[in-house]
Amino acid sequence: MSRGSRIGTVGMTLIFVVLGFFPLYGSDRMQVTLVQVLTYLTLAIMWNLLAGYSGLVSVGQQGFIGIAAYSMFSMSELNSIDPFVSVPLSAMVCAAISIPVALLVFRLRGGYFAIGTWVVAEVFRLLTLEINVLGAGNVQSLTTKNAFSGYGLEVRKNLVFWSAWMLAIGATLTTIFVLRSRLGLALQAVRDDADGARGLGVDITRVRMIIWMIVAAWTGATGALIHINSATVTNRDAFSVASWTALVVFIVIIGGVGSTIGPYLGVGVYWIITEQLKQQNTWRFIVLGALAATMSVVSPKGIAGLIHRWKPFEIFPVTRRLEVGKE
Amino acid sequence: MSWINALVQGVLLGGLYAIFATGLSLAFGVMRFVNLAHGDLAILAAYLVLSTASTMGVSHVVSLPLVVLLMAGLGYVGQRFVFNRTIGPDPLAGILCSFGIGVVVQNLLLARYTATDRYLDAGSIETSTIRINDSVSIGHFSLLTFVCAILLLGSLQIFLSRTSLGRAFRATADDPATAQLMGINDKRIYGFAMAIAFGTVGIAGFFLGARETFAPAAGPNQLLFGFEAVVIGGLGSLWGTLIGGIVLGVAQVFGNQLSVGWNLLAGHIVFLMVLAFRPNGLLGTGVRT
Repeated sequence: MSRGSRIGTVGMTLIFVVLGFFPLYGSDRMQVTLVQVLTYLTLAIMWNLLAGYSGLVSVGQQGFIGIAAYSMFSMSELNSIDPFVSVPLSAMVCAAISIPVALLVFRLRGGYFAIGTWVVAEVFRLLTLEINVLGAGNVQSLTTKNAFSGYGLEVRKNLVFWSAWMLAIGATLTTIFVLRSRLGLALQAVRDDADGARGLGVDITRVRMIIWMIVAAWTGATGALIHINSATVTNRDAFSVASWTALVVFIVIIGGVGSTIGPYLGVGVYWIITEQLKQQNTWRFIVLGALAATMSVVSPKGIAGLIHRWKPFEIFPVTRRLEVGKE
Repeated sequence: MSWINALVQGVLLGGLYAIFATGLSLAFGVMRFVNLAHGDLAILAAYLVLSTASTMGVSHVVSLPLVVLLMAGLGYVGQRFVFNRTIGPDPLAGILCSFGIGVVVQNLLLARYTATDRYLDAGSIETSTIRINDSVSIGHFSLLTFVCAILLLGSLQIFLSRTSLGRAFRATADDPATAQLMGINDKRIYGFAMAIAFGTVGIAGFFLGARETFAPAAGPNQLLFGFEAVVIGGLGSLWGTLIGGIVLGVAQVFGNQLSVGWNLLAGHIVFLMVLAFRPNGLLGTGVRT
């Protein structure tokens, strides 16, 4: 570990620890905002792992959010499973569904892969419209009679916060763990030179499949939590490409795609702009979208790339360096 | 008999999707670029037709050529000054840049025109039909769309195979480095290709807007349809794009016949089946990035 990484890791740990006690000292309004920021951070970290490190540029992650929303709803509201228990279960549902999806969309490359994932997400949305138990497209609510029986409003609010907090920490640790493992080494080899990596015996499809499933699971868990928090499932919102993919993609591009701190920087920018344009959703999309499009041309590695150009350092210890002359 | 009518309507609808797909297909063929803003640009063109017609006091049909030229210019400038900068071995930047632009265009349209449904007026041709028998009739406008698709694809085919500029397109597509050595400015060729792609998407936007009502959020669906037409037909095949559009159109109309609400789903499912069983498409040559 370099000195910068050591400081970064300690600093990050401290921030997350302090954040963990937020419900004990913070305001309610801020807590609501933080839940939103933490869920977007989780989605961004995961999308970065997918697109930035594995070359799988998906714009269909809203499909997993929607599936998780409906699976959480059917478990907790219809079958009296505790909603917070349904979060990991929904993650597993998404991971399972991601396998056949991958078998289809992995046949496409680059931009066509992106649109392919979008089509699949659309198919899931249209299918849920046809299922009557899930409301056939009508707004479904989680009620205190079923899903939230036994939960007071205050407890529920804090559990949502801690769940979002744990998801963000888990996503961070997963990324570090994956990138430091053999899998991460294979990913970087594939990213730098796919043919060369294949020649050295890296099974690209297997590596990508594992990442795809991890990201689907984590995205699903986040999707389930988002809808526990809102206590309603609306077809259009649950499968919204704008909310669950566009904003996430913008966060990662602005912060720095393919950089571990990118999602954190990006979510900061997202937070600032969302606060500034509180009541104007349309302009929020215009500003963030324009910023992201500009960034992808001017600095494809985002803010992290700009910082790196000025002063190379790293918060998370994930880069491999060749140290010449050391045995 | 209603199935025969559905088949006819589906084939004609395929013409519209083929026009959408032409630009996608060309941009991918020449520079391996997939423009995720394609659908939103079609909707932008439809709104531009509305605005130019009302400011100049002319009909929508008259303002169409102007909008097509405007879009083509936008395509050239956009490629030269934005998309060309994202070209490289990694397609990531280009994909994400166009995705961002699509979202921005959609929301700017929303801010300027609100979410109200609008439509374009193509004149009396919109409602007149050719009656074949009791259950089958062909709308003049659908027929015009289909003929326009064939003309568009045909002239593009001739342009690519017969003209010197077309030859430069093909040379750049095959091997940009060698084409450059032969004195071709690949960046300029990319600009021309995008100009044509944007022009065709302008035409597609007009036909869409005259066929059904549209709103700022209508773009992404059109992108998906155009993309499906390209993949069903097979990457790298212009006429395959028409076949793909027809297959998609027929699937959607048949789906609608089965159950209302199944039109989109049926189209998507046919696409996924082609992807599963004929990943190179129906007429595909197996060109891959």
